[in-house]
Amino acid sequence: MPTSPKGPIVRIQSDDFDTAQILKRATRDRPNVGAVVTFTGLCRDEGGKLAALELEHYASMAEAEIKRIATRAYDHWPLDQLIVIHRYGKIAPGENIVLVIATSSHRQAAFEAASYLMDYLKTNAPFWKKEHHKDGTSDEWVEATDKDDKALERWKEI
Amino acid sequence: MNIQVLFFASLKEHLGKAEMQLEVPPSQTVAALWQALSMGVDAVPEQILVAVNQEYVHADYQLKNGDEVAFFPPVTGG
Repeated sequence: MPTSPKGPIVRIQSDDFDTAQILKRATRDRPNVGAVVTFTGLCRDEGGKLAALELEHYASMAEAEIKRIATRAYDHWPLDQLIVIHRYGKIAPGENIVLVIATSSHRQAAFEAASYLMDYLKTNAPFWKKEHHKDGTSDEWVEATDKDDKALERWKEI
Repeated sequence: MNIQVLFFASLKEHLGKAEMQLEVPPSQTVAALWQALSMGVDAVPEQILVAVNQEYVHADYQLKNGDEVAFFPPVTGG
Protein backbone atom coordinates (compact mmCIF):
# COMPACT_ATOMS: atom_id res chain seq x y z
CA MET A 1 0.00 0.00 0.00
CA PRO A 2 1.47 3.40 -1.00
CA THR A 3 2.13 5.91 1.76
CA SER A 4 2.20 9.04 -0.36
CA PRO A 5 0.32 11.81 1.48
CA LYS A 6 -1.18 13.28 -1.71
CA GLY A 7 -4.75 12.33 -0.93
CA PRO A 8 -6.84 9.63 0.65
CA ILE A 9 -6.29 5.95 -0.10
CA VAL A 10 -9.46 3.91 -0.64
CA ARG A 11 -9.64 0.14 -1.09
CA ILE A 12 -12.74 -1.98 -1.59
CA GLN A 13 -11.87 -5.66 -1.29
CA SER A 14 -13.23 -9.07 -0.31
CA ASP A 15 -9.96 -10.15 1.35
CA ASP A 16 -9.31 -9.52 5.01
CA PHE A 17 -6.72 -6.91 6.01
CA ASP A 18 -4.03 -6.67 8.69
CA THR A 19 -4.61 -3.48 10.69
CA ALA A 20 -1.23 -3.59 12.46
CA GLN A 21 0.70 -3.95 9.21
CA ILE A 22 -1.18 -1.12 7.46
CA LEU A 23 -0.73 1.11 10.51
CA LYS A 24 3.00 0.45 10.59
CA ARG A 25 3.38 1.40 6.93
CA ALA A 26 1.23 4.51 7.35
CA THR A 27 3.55 5.96 9.98
CA ARG A 28 6.92 4.76 8.71
CA ASP A 29 9.23 7.69 7.83
CA ARG A 30 6.56 10.26 8.66
CA PRO A 31 8.32 12.22 11.42
CA ASN A 32 5.75 15.04 11.30
CA VAL A 33 2.97 12.66 12.37
CA GLY A 34 2.15 12.96 16.07
CA ALA A 35 -1.29 11.38 16.13
CA VAL A 36 -2.82 8.26 14.62
CA VAL A 37 -6.45 7.28 14.98
CA THR A 38 -7.53 3.87 13.73
CA PHE A 39 -11.08 2.59 13.69
CA THR A 40 -11.76 -1.05 12.88
CA GLY A 41 -15.33 -2.24 12.46
CA LEU A 42 -15.84 -5.94 13.20
CA CYS A 43 -18.64 -8.37 12.50
CA ARG A 44 -20.61 -9.05 15.74
CA ASP A 45 -22.04 -12.51 16.41
CA GLU A 46 -25.38 -11.01 17.58
CA GLY A 47 -25.50 -13.07 20.77
CA GLY A 48 -24.22 -16.20 19.05
CA LYS A 49 -27.04 -16.23 16.47
CA LEU A 50 -25.09 -15.04 13.46
CA ALA A 51 -23.43 -17.51 11.10
CA ALA A 52 -22.15 -14.83 8.71
CA LEU A 53 -22.80 -11.35 7.42
CA GLU A 54 -23.00 -10.95 3.68
CA LEU A 55 -22.13 -7.54 2.30
CA GLU A 56 -23.57 -6.69 -1.10
CA HIS A 57 -22.16 -3.55 -2.70
CA TYR A 58 -22.44 -1.38 -5.80
CA ALA A 59 -18.79 -1.74 -6.69
CA SER A 60 -18.12 1.27 -8.92
CA MET A 61 -20.16 3.64 -6.78
CA ALA A 62 -18.79 2.32 -3.46
CA GLU A 63 -15.31 3.31 -4.55
CA ALA A 64 -16.38 6.65 -6.02
CA GLU A 65 -18.56 7.61 -3.04
CA ILE A 66 -15.98 6.66 -0.39
CA LYS A 67 -13.36 8.63 -2.34
CA ARG A 68 -15.67 11.67 -2.35
CA ILE A 69 -16.26 11.38 1.42
CA ALA A 70 -12.55 10.81 2.14
CA THR A 71 -11.50 13.70 -0.11
CA ARG A 72 -13.86 16.08 1.73
CA ALA A 73 -12.27 15.01 5.04
CA TYR A 74 -8.76 15.21 3.62
CA ASP A 75 -9.40 18.74 2.32
CA HIS A 76 -11.01 19.89 5.57
CA TRP A 77 -8.60 18.63 8.26
CA PRO A 78 -4.79 18.96 8.28
CA LEU A 79 -4.13 15.25 7.77
CA ASP A 80 -1.00 13.47 6.67
CA GLN A 81 -2.78 10.31 5.59
CA LEU A 82 -6.28 8.99 5.37
CA ILE A 83 -6.76 5.31 4.59
CA VAL A 84 -10.12 3.58 4.18
CA ILE A 85 -10.54 -0.14 3.54
CA HIS A 86 -14.03 -1.62 3.22
CA ARG A 87 -14.71 -5.31 2.69
CA TYR A 88 -17.57 -6.96 0.81
CA GLY A 89 -18.73 -10.56 0.48
CA LYS A 90 -19.28 -13.09 3.24
CA ILE A 91 -17.78 -12.11 6.60
CA ALA A 92 -17.72 -14.35 9.68
CA PRO A 93 -18.29 -13.08 13.24
CA GLY A 94 -15.09 -11.63 14.66
CA GLU A 95 -13.69 -10.72 11.24
CA ASN A 96 -12.88 -7.21 10.07
CA ILE A 97 -15.39 -5.24 7.98
CA VAL A 98 -13.95 -1.76 7.72
CA LEU A 99 -10.78 0.14 8.59
CA VAL A 100 -10.21 3.89 8.82
CA ILE A 101 -6.78 5.29 9.64
CA ALA A 102 -6.22 9.04 9.99
CA THR A 103 -2.77 10.42 10.75
CA SER A 104 -1.94 14.02 11.57
CA SER A 105 0.45 16.23 13.50
CA HIS A 106 -2.11 16.62 16.28
CA ARG A 107 -4.86 14.42 17.64
CA GLN A 108 -7.96 16.53 17.08
CA ALA A 109 -7.80 16.40 13.29
CA ALA A 110 -7.18 12.65 13.31
CA PHE A 111 -10.06 11.92 15.73
CA GLU A 112 -12.52 14.14 13.90
CA ALA A 113 -11.64 12.95 10.39
CA ALA A 114 -11.94 9.27 11.38
CA SER A 115 -15.27 9.93 13.06
CA TYR A 116 -16.56 11.89 10.05
CA LEU A 117 -15.54 9.07 7.71
CA MET A 118 -17.38 6.43 9.72
CA ASP A 119 -20.54 8.53 10.07
CA TYR A 120 -20.70 9.04 6.29
CA LEU A 121 -19.80 5.45 5.42
CA LYS A 122 -22.82 4.35 7.48
CA THR A 123 -25.31 6.54 5.63
CA ASN A 124 -23.80 7.04 2.14
CA ALA A 125 -21.53 4.16 1.11
CA PRO A 126 -23.59 1.77 -1.06
CA PHE A 127 -23.23 -1.44 0.93
CA TRP A 128 -26.06 -3.61 2.22
CA LYS A 129 -25.70 -6.19 4.99
CA LYS A 130 -27.59 -9.44 5.11
CA GLU A 131 -27.56 -11.65 8.19
CA HIS A 132 -27.27 -15.41 7.76
CA HIS A 133 -28.47 -17.17 10.92
CA LYS A 134 -27.00 -20.26 12.56
CA ASP A 135 -30.42 -21.79 13.27
CA GLY A 136 -31.33 -21.79 9.58
CA THR A 137 -34.09 -19.17 9.89
CA SER A 138 -34.38 -17.04 6.76
CA ASP A 139 -31.72 -14.50 5.92
CA GLU A 140 -32.49 -10.93 6.92
CA TRP A 141 -31.39 -7.54 5.58
CA VAL A 142 -29.99 -5.24 8.24
CA GLU A 143 -32.14 -2.08 8.39
CA ALA A 144 -30.60 1.37 8.26
CA THR A 145 -31.25 3.28 11.48
CA ASP A 146 -32.25 6.90 12.21
CA LYS A 147 -29.40 7.00 14.70
CA ASP A 148 -26.98 6.99 11.77
CA ASP A 149 -28.76 9.92 10.09
CA LYS A 150 -28.69 11.86 13.38
CA ALA A 151 -24.95 11.27 13.67
CA LEU A 152 -24.47 13.37 10.52
CA GLU A 153 -25.98 16.49 12.09
CA ARG A 154 -22.76 17.42 13.85
CA TRP A 155 -20.94 17.67 10.50
CA LYS A 156 -23.35 20.20 8.95
CA GLU A 157 -20.68 22.88 8.63
CA ILE A 158 -18.33 20.65 6.63
CA MET B 1 -31.91 7.39 -25.76
CA ASN B 2 -30.46 4.35 -24.11
CA ILE B 3 -29.92 3.91 -20.40
CA GLN B 4 -28.92 1.15 -18.05
CA VAL B 5 -30.90 0.61 -14.85
CA LEU B 6 -29.48 -1.23 -11.81
CA PHE B 7 -31.20 -2.50 -8.66
CA PHE B 8 -29.56 -3.58 -5.43
CA ALA B 9 -30.21 -5.52 -2.22
CA SER B 10 -33.85 -5.97 -1.14
CA LEU B 11 -35.13 -4.03 -4.16
CA LYS B 12 -33.24 -6.36 -6.51
CA GLU B 13 -34.71 -9.39 -4.72
CA HIS B 14 -38.19 -7.91 -4.76
CA LEU B 15 -38.05 -7.31 -8.53
CA GLY B 16 -36.15 -10.49 -9.29
CA LYS B 17 -33.68 -8.63 -11.49
CA ALA B 18 -30.40 -6.79 -11.06
CA GLU B 19 -30.32 -4.75 -14.26
CA MET B 20 -32.07 -3.80 -17.46
CA GLN B 21 -31.40 -1.79 -20.61
CA LEU B 22 -34.07 0.72 -21.56
CA GLU B 23 -34.93 3.04 -24.42
CA VAL B 24 -36.39 6.25 -22.97
CA PRO B 25 -37.45 9.64 -24.43
CA PRO B 26 -34.86 12.47 -24.37
CA SER B 27 -34.47 14.40 -21.09
CA GLN B 28 -36.60 11.96 -19.14
CA THR B 29 -36.37 12.52 -15.39
CA VAL B 30 -35.54 9.83 -12.85
CA ALA B 31 -39.10 10.20 -11.50
CA ALA B 32 -40.59 9.58 -14.97
CA LEU B 33 -38.30 6.61 -15.45
CA TRP B 34 -39.49 5.08 -12.17
CA GLN B 35 -43.11 5.58 -13.29
CA ALA B 36 -42.36 3.97 -16.68
CA LEU B 37 -40.88 0.94 -14.93
CA SER B 38 -44.33 0.30 -13.36
CA MET B 39 -43.01 -0.82 -10.01
CA GLY B 40 -46.41 -0.73 -8.33
CA VAL B 41 -46.02 2.76 -6.86
CA ASP B 42 -46.01 5.82 -9.09
CA ALA B 43 -43.54 8.04 -7.24
CA VAL B 44 -40.07 6.99 -6.14
CA PRO B 45 -40.66 5.94 -2.50
CA GLU B 46 -39.04 8.27 0.02
CA GLN B 47 -36.69 5.61 1.37
CA ILE B 48 -35.39 4.56 -2.06
CA LEU B 49 -32.07 6.16 -3.01
CA VAL B 50 -31.16 7.03 -6.58
CA ALA B 51 -27.74 7.38 -8.17
CA VAL B 52 -26.84 8.35 -11.73
CA ASN B 53 -23.35 7.46 -12.94
CA GLN B 54 -22.33 6.45 -9.40
CA GLU B 55 -23.43 9.70 -7.74
CA TYR B 56 -26.57 10.43 -5.66
CA VAL B 57 -29.25 12.48 -7.45
CA HIS B 58 -32.81 13.64 -6.74
CA ALA B 59 -35.85 12.32 -8.59
CA ASP B 60 -36.06 15.48 -10.78
CA TYR B 61 -32.65 14.72 -12.32
CA GLN B 62 -32.80 14.72 -16.16
CA LEU B 63 -31.22 11.69 -17.76
CA LYS B 64 -28.80 11.69 -20.68
CA ASN B 65 -28.04 9.02 -23.25
CA GLY B 66 -25.80 6.31 -21.83
CA ASP B 67 -26.55 7.08 -18.16
CA GLU B 68 -26.32 4.36 -15.54
CA VAL B 69 -29.22 4.75 -13.12
CA ALA B 70 -29.30 2.82 -9.85
CA PHE B 71 -32.22 2.41 -7.42
CA PHE B 72 -31.57 0.97 -3.97
CA PRO B 73 -32.78 0.82 -0.36
CA PRO B 74 -31.05 2.76 2.47
CA VAL B 75 -27.43 1.71 2.70
CA THR B 76 -25.75 0.10 5.71
CA GLY B 77 -22.05 0.63 5.12
CA GLY B 78 -19.31 0.81 7.69
